[in-house]
Amino acid sequence: MKKFFETVVEKILMVSGTITSLTIILIIVFLFSQATGLFNSSVVEENHSLVVNSQNRVQTLTPMQIKDIFDQEITSWIEVGGEDEDIIVFRFSDITSYVSEEELGDEFQFIPQVMSKIINENPAIIAFLPDQYLPNPTDGTRVMDCGDITLGDFFGGEEWFPTAQPAPLFGVLPLILGTLWVSLAAILFALPFGLAGAIFLSELASSRVRSLLKPIIELLAGIPSVVYGFFGLVVIVPLLQDWFNLAVGETALAGAIILAIMALPTIITVAEDAIRSVPRTIREASLALGASKFQTIVKVVIPYAVSGIMAAVVLGIGRAIGETMAVLMVTGNAAVIPTTLLEPVRTIPATIAAELGEAPTGGVHYEALFMLGVILFVITLVISITVEIIASKRPKQIM
Amino acid sequence: MSIIKASDVDFYYGDFHALKGISMEMERNSVTAFIGPSGCGKSTFLRLINRMNDLIDGTRLTGSIEVEGRNIYDKKIDVDTLRAEVGMVFQKPNPFAKSIFDNIAYGLRVNGVKDKAFIEQRVEESLRGAALWDEVKDKLKKSAFELSGGQQQRLCIARALAVQPKIILMDEPASALDPLSTAKIEDLIFTLKSDYTIVIVTHNMQQAARVSDKTAFFYLGELIEYDDTKKMFLSPQVEATQNYITGRFG
Repeated sequence: MKKFFETVVEKILMVSGTITSLTIILIIVFLFSQATGLFNSSVVEENHSLVVNSQNRVQTLTPMQIKDIFDQEITSWIEVGGEDEDIIVFRFSDITSYVSEEELGDEFQFIPQVMSKIINENPAIIAFLPDQYLPNPTDGTRVMDCGDITLGDFFGGEEWFPTAQPAPLFGVLPLILGTLWVSLAAILFALPFGLAGAIFLSELASSRVRSLLKPIIELLAGIPSVVYGFFGLVVIVPLLQDWFNLAVGETALAGAIILAIMALPTIITVAEDAIRSVPRTIREASLALGASKFQTIVKVVIPYAVSGIMAAVVLGIGRAIGETMAVLMVTGNAAVIPTTLLEPVRTIPATIAAELGEAPTGGVHYEALFMLGVILFVITLVISITVEIIASKRPKQIM
Repeated sequence: MSIIKASDVDFYYGDFHALKGISMEMERNSVTAFIGPSGCGKSTFLRLINRMNDLIDGTRLTGSIEVEGRNIYDKKIDVDTLRAEVGMVFQKPNPFAKSIFDNIAYGLRVNGVKDKAFIEQRVEESLRGAALWDEVKDKLKKSAFELSGGQQQRLCIARALAVQPKIILMDEPASALDPLSTAKIEDLIFTLKSDYTIVIVTHNMQQAARVSDKTAFFYLGELIEYDDTKKMFLSPQVEATQNYITGRFG
């Protein structure tokens, strides 16, 4: 009977372990499968095409060029390798300024013919059309082949503008840099305080002070991030705006400060554990040689605990990189490559949270957001592997 | 004149009365062994001599311990200086996470020695003093953790020698070692005696008999008997000592 019971418990444990692992793998597979479509998608918005006169010498355009043309930053074909002619931008809604509504037919059945006529009359035109209204390609018109979104466009692109028409821009550089800026700055702020806190708690504080402070610090880790964000928005953002005389206080610096506060409990707790796990006899050995308490801490205890402290730092970075809500609330979310900490930035998690709701399921934007998720996953994976490696290098005593 | 002199030492861990009225003197350049069953207070007493028990919260001491005529529990005494004069070797080898060289040099550096040549010379002397030089002279830059347990313990002894203390306290220095390493440590104690005063706590009767000049038997926080080692082992005056030495309890 007892044996049977133990077998059952064993099986239950095995099943729950397997389910957990499978779920995690499933999530990763899902993430990747949702993201893979991105690089097979056309540069131009789905089910739409760019049509030009067949005389036009320009064969292809990059997403950036398309955006600039439609924003009228580029006004002559010569700038993109064509004739010295002013570009005529044509959006589908412009059609009524060329012809009357009657000419389109009752069910818009004449639109393709009308379009080929317009394009033939205006050799310098570039028309952005839904695919069902494309003119007959033999009529002196040509659909411009802009190809698919490339890895270079995605990882090297400097603009994130997923709702741009006709070609959305998915340059993740500003997002990756924004994430790294905010996270690294946060760690730079959090590290000295975290280390100081850990040393104070483990070495200097009396046991009464420690038993009072430690739960409070651990409690900080449990505060929902939206509350931190709220605090940042109401307190830190106006403060920064005042101090640095900024137009807007929602900056990378505000995000870094909030993240530093949020990463502190992790850093302090893990580093304190590492420092406290330094064997007592190591401290005693140092003191017995006539070293002062401070010399012992700096020269013996911290070097001994350095791998644990590193792990604390990397875990802190991990926490900072993945943090979404608080950052979303205080960083201003401008997808621009940051040059100083006093500018608004947008991070990867914040982008996903803010945009996933309005990205149509299965669309390019949706896939791009999942690709951001993949990037984030890879970054955190690298971080946890680093932690593993560092932690496995803990000094071991032969005894 | 005795180098260590304890007078009426009472010591408490909180409410626990760990040492009761200990008075004893130890001679310069002698080896004194503390024996007694676990929890009898011998390690506690040893750790009073370099004020290592200061690290434990809630302890209290009455009476006085003098090292070279100065009460080390006097408020004017600088504990760090005292500990540089009274070295200690612990039960388990506890090298720092540093190279062999830096382990030895550490004590000099924290005491303000900057002269590199002097440090190098002291490191070699200390390692020779601890009979470890020949084994490690080619790998001074290697981590101390690469040494065997016995070598680590001799490294810890060398580390204590480097700051040139007058007294070396040893808290069961061989209890974690194999017989061969133990023999090396015992030989070492014998040679060190000419330059240092050594106090050693041990659970091993034979070891006490082999290495020490005088032996003190502690029991339940009291100093039961303290005499020349030969006399203690051949004709102890107190029955408890006799029983303990012959292995009838403890």
